[in-house]
Amino acid sequence: MKYVDEYRDQELARTVAAAIAAEVDHGRSYHFMEFCGGHTHAIFRYGVQDLMPENVHFVHGPGCPVCVLPVSRLDDAVELAERHGVILCTYGDMMRVPDTKQRNLIRAKADGADVRMVYSTLDALRIARENPDRQVVFFAIGFETTTPPTAAALKAAEAEGLKNFSVFCNHVLTPPAISHILQSPEVRDLGIVKIDGFLGPSHVSSVIGSRPYEFFAEEFQKPIVIAGFEPLDVMQSVLMLIRQVNEGRHEVENEYIRVVTEEGNFKAQALVSEVFELRKSFAWRGLGIIPKSALRVRDAYADFDAEKRFELSVKASREAKSCECPSILRGVKKPTDCKLFATVCTPQNPIGSCMVSPEGACAAYWTYGRFREQQPSKLEPAE
Amino acid sequence: MCLAVPARVVELLDNDMAVIAFDTLRKRISLAFVEDVAIGDFVLVHVGYALHKVSVEEAERTLKMMAQAGVLQKELEAISA
Ligand code: SF4
Repeated sequence: MKYVDEYRDQELARTVAAAIAAEVDHGRSYHFMEFCGGHTHAIFRYGVQDLMPENVHFVHGPGCPVCVLPVSRLDDAVELAERHGVILCTYGDMMRVPDTKQRNLIRAKADGADVRMVYSTLDALRIARENPDRQVVFFAIGFETTTPPTAAALKAAEAEGLKNFSVFCNHVLTPPAISHILQSPEVRDLGIVKIDGFLGPSHVSSVIGSRPYEFFAEEFQKPIVIAGFEPLDVMQSVLMLIRQVNEGRHEVENEYIRVVTEEGNFKAQALVSEVFELRKSFAWRGLGIIPKSALRVRDAYADFDAEKRFELSVKASREAKSCECPSILRGVKKPTDCKLFATVCTPQNPIGSCMVSPEGACAAYWTYGRFREQQPSKLEPAE
Repeated sequence: MCLAVPARVVELLDNDMAVIAFDTLRKRISLAFVEDVAIGDFVLVHVGYALHKVSVEEAERTLKMMAQAGVLQKELEAISA
C-alpha cells in the first residue's frame, strides 16, 4: 500500500507532549471525555495516554452509534427481515450485534432472511431498483455524519418514484447526548464521573459545524475542543483543553479547522431538515430516554418510512445481564471493570455492543489496551 | 463506520455523481453535499458520499495516519465490496 510508511510526525508529538507536561497544573487533575469512537481508537492505537502526565485522564464517552442503539430497535430490524420478508440493507457494523435472543443479522441471514450488507445508501437504492417486486428497507443508524446520506437516499427514492424503498430510521444527535451526560447525577451531583472538558467529534462537526456546542460550553461551563482523528490532533486538542481549564475559560475551540467550520455543511443540513424531524424522545442504549435526541422521517415522506409502512411489535429492551455497557457509555466504568471482559466477552463472541463495534470502548481495550504493557507506543515520549 | 477516507475525483458523472480513485480501486460516489468539485480535487468520502473537499496535503496526512492505524485497508475493503 502506497501510504504505509514511517509516521513522520514523531518529533512534533514530542513537542506537543512536552508542552502539555510543562503546562499542566500538578495540583489538579484533568478528566476529558472523548465523545467519538474514532478518538478512543487514536488514543489507544498510538498510546496517547502514555504521553500524558499522570493527572490527565481520558473518559470514554458514548460516541459509537452501534453501541447506543437499543436492542429493541435491532429486534425490530430482525422482525422486518424475518416476519415481513423485506430485503434488509444495513452497514457492516450492524451485522454482528447480538439481539435480545443473542442472535444477530448474520445468523438471521443464515436462517433464510434476506439481509444485505451495504457500504452506502446508494447500494440500497440500487438493490431496490433491481428488485421491484420486493420491499427493500434501509436500516439506518449513525450520528450527524451518516444522516445526510440517508436523507439523500430518501429524496432520490421520492424523485424516482421508487415504491419499494423505505428507511428504518435510527439516526441520533450528538449535542443532546452531551447535554444528557452533563446533566446526569453521576456527573452533576454524585461526582462519580468527573468531566473537565470534551474532545468534540470531528466528522460530525464537519456537518453540523462547531456552533451547536456553544450552548454547552456556556450552560455547563465546560470547554470543548473539536478534535481531528490523528493522534497529533488529539494531543494538540488536549493541550488546548488544559489551557482553557487553567485559565478558567469554557469556550468552543476548533483544533480541526482544516475540515470543520463554525457553520458546517449547509447543503447537508438543509437536506436533513427537509426529510427528517426531531423525535420527542429516543431511548439510547445505556443512557436511557433522551428528549429530542433522534430523528424520524417527516410526514411528507411517510411513504418511505419503514415504521409507518410495516407494523412492528414494539417491545421493551432487555440487555444482556452483567454487561456493563450502560455504565461504560456514561464513563462510570471501564471495560476492565466488567466481569465478562476478555473472558466470556471477546470480539469473536461479543456479549454487549461496546465489544461488537470496533469503535466501542471494550473493543478498543481488547485490541490495544491489553497489550499496552508489552508493546511500546508508536510515539515515544520525550526523555 | 464513522471514518471517512480522502480520495481523488477522477471523473464527473451526471446527477451529482463522480468516480473516485484510491490507487487502483475506483468507485462511484455522490457529490450531493459539496460544491464546485473538479477532476483532480480530493474529497472526504463517507459511506459513498463526499462530505467536503480537502487539500492534497490533508488527504495524504489522513491516508498515512489511517494506514498506520491499520484502518485504511478495512475501509477500502468496505468501499470495494
Ligand atoms: S466486556 Fe462485553 S459484556 Fe462487558 S461491558 Fe463490554 S461489551 Fe458488555
